[in-house]
Amino acid sequence: MSDVIWVYGEVVDGAVTSTTLEMTTKAAAVGTAEVILLGPAPDNAVELLGEHGASKVYRSPDPVFRDYLTLPAAAVVESLVRQHKPAMVLFASSYGGRDVAAALSAGLDCGAITDVADFTLTDGTVEAKIPALGASYWNTSTLVHDDVKLLLVRPKSFEPASNPKTPEVEEVAAPTDVELCKIQLKEEVTAKAEGPQLDSANVIVAGGRGLAAEENFDMLRELADLLGGAVGATRAVVDSGWVPYSLQIGQTGKTVKPDLYIACGISGAVQHLAGMKDSKMIVAVNKDADAPIFQMCDLGIVGDVFKVVPQLIEEIKARK
Amino acid sequence: MDIVVCGKIIPASTVTIEIDPATKRMIRKGVAHELDPAAASAVEEGLRLMEKVGGTLTLVTMGFNEITIGIRTALAMGATSAVHIFDDALAGSDTLATAKALAAAIGKRPFDLIICGTESSDSYSGIVPGQVARLLGVPPVTFATEMAVEGNTLTVKRQSESGYDVVEADLPALVTVTSGINEPRYPQLKGIMAAKRKEILQYSAADLGLAAGDVGEAGAREKVLEVGRPPRRDVGEVVEDDGEGGKRIADFLAEAKVI
Ligand SMILES: Cc1cc2nc3c(=O)[nH]c(=O)nc-3n(C[C@H](O)[C@H](O)[C@H](O)COP(=O)(O)OP(=O)(O)OC[C@H]3O[C@@H](n4cnc5c(N)ncnc54)[C@H](O)[C@@H]3O)c2cc1C
Ligand SMILES: Nc1ncnc2c1ncn2[C@@H]1O[C@H](COP(=O)(O)O)[C@@H](O)[C@H]1O
Repeated sequence: MSDVIWVYGEVVDGAVTSTTLEMTTKAAAVGTAEVILLGPAPDNAVELLGEHGASKVYRSPDPVFRDYLTLPAAAVVESLVRQHKPAMVLFASSYGGRDVAAALSAGLDCGAITDVADFTLTDGTVEAKIPALGASYWNTSTLVHDDVKLLLVRPKSFEPASNPKTPEVEEVAAPTDVELCKIQLKEEVTAKAEGPQLDSANVIVAGGRGLAAEENFDMLRELADLLGGAVGATRAVVDSGWVPYSLQIGQTGKTVKPDLYIACGISGAVQHLAGMKDSKMIVAVNKDADAPIFQMCDLGIVGDVFKVVPQLIEEIKARK
Repeated sequence: MDIVVCGKIIPASTVTIEIDPATKRMIRKGVAHELDPAAASAVEEGLRLMEKVGGTLTLVTMGFNEITIGIRTALAMGATSAVHIFDDALAGSDTLATAKALAAAIGKRPFDLIICGTESSDSYSGIVPGQVARLLGVPPVTFATEMAVEGNTLTVKRQSESGYDVVEADLPALVTVTSGINEPRYPQLKGIMAAKRKEILQYSAADLGLAAGDVGEAGAREKVLEVGRPPRRDVGEVVEDDGEGGKRIADFLAEAKVI
């Protein structure tokens, strides 16, 4: 049985994503890790993948993979899979990863498991662990067909680790079929980001609908600044347009694991908890004593955010 | 323009969904159902487009009998007709089997645009739309936070890691919309009355030319081996704010050496 596990590598904002490195580390621990890297990538990409355990990198720097979404990448991965028959292909549960995995699954007529938090591969049999229903349950699932198994992996499921290899590099030809150039990227608009990013922040101050209005997030920004942390939000807040989607934490937003998570005016819906429940310490402020977030926290204050948070800010300033 | 909206009817948001330990599937029968909010957003987006350029909007949904209530909601919002894929043989379908059924139903008639939710609110795999697109040979344009159609071209603002991308594709195409894209309208009395006369076409697996081995439990590639509850986190201290709540947190942070 092949123990070759492919990782569909991604480059976002000019860097190999951390989820790519997390998956490569895991793949190398479970079997032989090989990475597919399509489109323009930073110069050190192959080296970086090697450091995380990649034995081989299939790559093409062709801009077609960046300028036209999904279809060129799916076509190339599909033909590579048919040719090399890896046991498994891992994709990140990301914008790009999900679309390519979906196309591949239908193209190869094979199953895919989504939202995977951990997996094993034994003699070609995969067992994947998945939080279901907003992490109120855990499933263990398998794929029963013989061909390649596709897994969509949640970010932050594995720790990236050093496992140095010198990967063999195989250049892949870019597709020339114009039929694949159907979804054109016209423009990339980047929202300016200040301070520490959610993904890497040690402290996160998150706000929910309890903050009542967009301008009240200033209070959370001040608190986050004082703690050297980042601001996050619930989907209710993002849907209201108070903060950009990049701040959304939860099942359909970011997964975070900071040392400290301060939840302000957040009820604690399962879909929100799915993205932050693994934080080391959780502090919650909510005026409703029955809010589910209080089932999850190390310290809970049943009170008004507009009283508690300003007092906390003054208190931290005084103690500094 | 002929618009198809794929939408699920799911257990109502007031229902706490449980998993049946025997079948290892969500308990769907016997609980209140409603049109998935993700599907309502997709219907709303389709209706706005239809109101602008004319044409039809067909809701395509797969699920068991009790879901007619959610289909009526979409029709009352303004969908012109609905297709209900309904067959006991389809129970237990995984994502690809679901996509095969949806694609077969959609492919029975000409269409210009398929609108899906980015994710369904109960199973949120997020890959069914991409599979449908591939099976029908149309480009999938996903994560739209805004969309517009000019002539034959679909333009979307697509959510990205750090902002958004502007993406274009020619019709026919499939687009998936995010939950924040619009505020779905509530059905009005006139719409509710009109919905009673609208057509709901029912298809079985055989009508769609699907063999038993392709769909349902028998055709599913993905099998759940085990379900369980995760361990609960130990609950810490929860105290009423006595006017010193902020100080109490500061003490906690000092103790934890955060400040
Ligand atoms: C498929 C799906 C995916 C989802 N994905 C996500 C996701 O990724 N992330 C996410 O966050 N949600 C997600 N949701 C939405 C989720 O179900 C909840 O609706 C959302 O998390 C609620 O946000 P909230 O806590 O801000 O709002 P609410 O639930 O409205 O809670 C507001 C809280 O503020 C408290 N409050 C009000 N005023 C004050 C005050 N002055 N002081 C103190 N407390 C106050 C209230 O007591 C209440 O508990 C998803 C839902 C679905 C169906
Ligand atoms: N049973 C179904 N009936 C109709 N549409 C569906 C069904 N399952 C999934 N979809 C479509 O696919 C989208 C994503 O669903 P999912 O892959 O379950 O997250 C939904 O928002 C719908 O548009």
